[in-house]
Amino acid sequence: MSLLVAEGLGYSVAGRPLLQGVSFALEAGEVLAVLGPNGAGKTTLLRLLSGEARPSQGRVELLGRPLERYGALELALVRAVLTQRREVGFPFSAYEVAFLGRLPHLERRAEGPLDHAQTEQALAHTQALPFAPRPYPSLSGGEQSRVDLARVLAQEPRLLFLDEPTNHLDPRHQVEVMALCRRLAEGGLGVVVVLHDLNLAGLFADRLLLLHQGRMVALGRPAEVLRPERLEAVYGLPFALAQHPSGRPWVMPLAQAEPSAVPGL
Amino acid sequence: MTGLYRPLRYHRALLALALVLPVALLLAAGMGAYYIPPLEIPRILWEKADQAYAVLVSIRFPRVVLAAAVGALLALSGAALQGLFRNPLADPGLIGVTSGAGLGAAIFIVLVPGAGALQVFALPLMAFVGGLLTTLLVWRLASSGGRVQVLTLLLAGIALNAAAGALIGLLISRATDEQLRSLTFWTLGGYGGATWPTLLAMAPTGLVAVWGLMRLARPLNALVLGEREAFYLGVNLEPFKRRAVAFSALAVGTAVAVAGGVGFIGLVAPHLFRLLAGPDHRYLLPGATLLGASLSVLADLVARTAVAPAELPVGVVTSLLGAPFFIWLLLRHKREVAR
Repeated sequence: MSLLVAEGLGYSVAGRPLLQGVSFALEAGEVLAVLGPNGAGKTTLLRLLSGEARPSQGRVELLGRPLERYGALELALVRAVLTQRREVGFPFSAYEVAFLGRLPHLERRAEGPLDHAQTEQALAHTQALPFAPRPYPSLSGGEQSRVDLARVLAQEPRLLFLDEPTNHLDPRHQVEVMALCRRLAEGGLGVVVVLHDLNLAGLFADRLLLLHQGRMVALGRPAEVLRPERLEAVYGLPFALAQHPSGRPWVMPLAQAEPSAVPGL
Repeated sequence: MTGLYRPLRYHRALLALALVLPVALLLAAGMGAYYIPPLEIPRILWEKADQAYAVLVSIRFPRVVLAAAVGALLALSGAALQGLFRNPLADPGLIGVTSGAGLGAAIFIVLVPGAGALQVFALPLMAFVGGLLTTLLVWRLASSGGRVQVLTLLLAGIALNAAAGALIGLLISRATDEQLRSLTFWTLGGYGGATWPTLLAMAPTGLVAVWGLMRLARPLNALVLGEREAFYLGVNLEPFKRRAVAFSALAVGTAVAVAGGVGFIGLVAPHLFRLLAGPDHRYLLPGATLLGASLSVLADLVARTAVAPAELPVGVVTSLLGAPFFIWLLLRHKREVAR
């Protein structure tokens, strides 16, 4: 049984389709990266898969059961979602924010030392322990990202949705977050991650799903999806293909710094 | 465990507040026109045979208990609504219940002539019903397709507050001087009408509201991250919002019905607790409740004794102390936003 199945998924707002005909299955232990230009429907897809929005067409099955038959709490015990939003209304400490990930587990029992051990372990995983006692609003964007990632790990999901988790991170932490995704998948989690960086996706994901104008234009292994002619059609920019030392594809946009059109500059 | 989690500060604050409240109650029960040394109170209660005993049991205790109950209800609903609106400057009046209760009271005072004996129970009832109906209207205005947008809720509350204010103005324009005086004093708030029957009458709705709001601590914590994130953490958003507004309206409606418009406690008490200990709603809700009760009891003590033998409306005292605090908060908030 697949962890997550999407069939003919579509979503329209006021008759305007934002997403059409997306189908795929995700197995436990797999990292799937969702790629595409701005406005291609990546975040919409994540909202449908995570149960936040109901699809206009098609269906989603989580662990063999239709998504709409899950309650909010049941969903929270299976899947966790890292959004792009970083906004905490009150001066909670970073630790308290990460501990919020334990909430779904504490609905029917009191908290125990194990919950705090889980939280600390999650903070250690994302290298956020050193600033855990500080107020969350006082942290840098990258530090906040790592605390939020620790929060979704503390939730102990079987399925993880990450919306651009590498935003605000320096190259080293970008790689570390993606390597963490890999390790989590090897531990049996399913990971769906929305990324803008084609090469990070190509290096760390098992499969890539490429969206363009709300439609799925490719789904497959990195070497099958990251083709220069396809990327040019989607991004409107010529691409060159090289090879990463690992043997994975490595693409780069062939943009030129154009000479200034303004005379004298 | 490396002990990163430090609930000690919260526990200490709760313990301190739990000790402050009985002290405030004893102090307020002792002081007044007829002075009873607070430390003598246990002995007087034990011996039961004094004039002091009669003063305590029939006048002072109902009054300080009412003050504590009203302060607790206002502070608790303030803490819950600040969490719901994700805004530290939110006030229980935002969901329309206070102005609706004012309108209910105004209708009764101006349009029901010579109510006299009826007034003791009918006026609170009218205020209570007016408050709840207004909140229901605010809720209806803000909901569409089974969902309620918190921002729309806020705006609908502001709109209905203005509408209720206008209607009260209309009623005032045809009120007699005496009616105007009793309406004004009602609006300023006070615990002068405290009797044991009043307390008994407010107990059911007040206790239900406290029970309902205290259970919202965890979803309120999740909401700190935003509505989407709260849903991802397993919070069933619409029932949660409905409960938060309904129990807050019940709490504020009960408080306003028996005490009129006592301002600023609902805004200030949650803030003080956050400064004292932190923002975790599991501690904030009980903490603000205890703090609100103590503040209200002490404000009433000032109201009774500052210009004795006359008495100030307690709303005047809370506003005199609360307004500067609120301005200080605004300035602090402005600085934080600008940073």
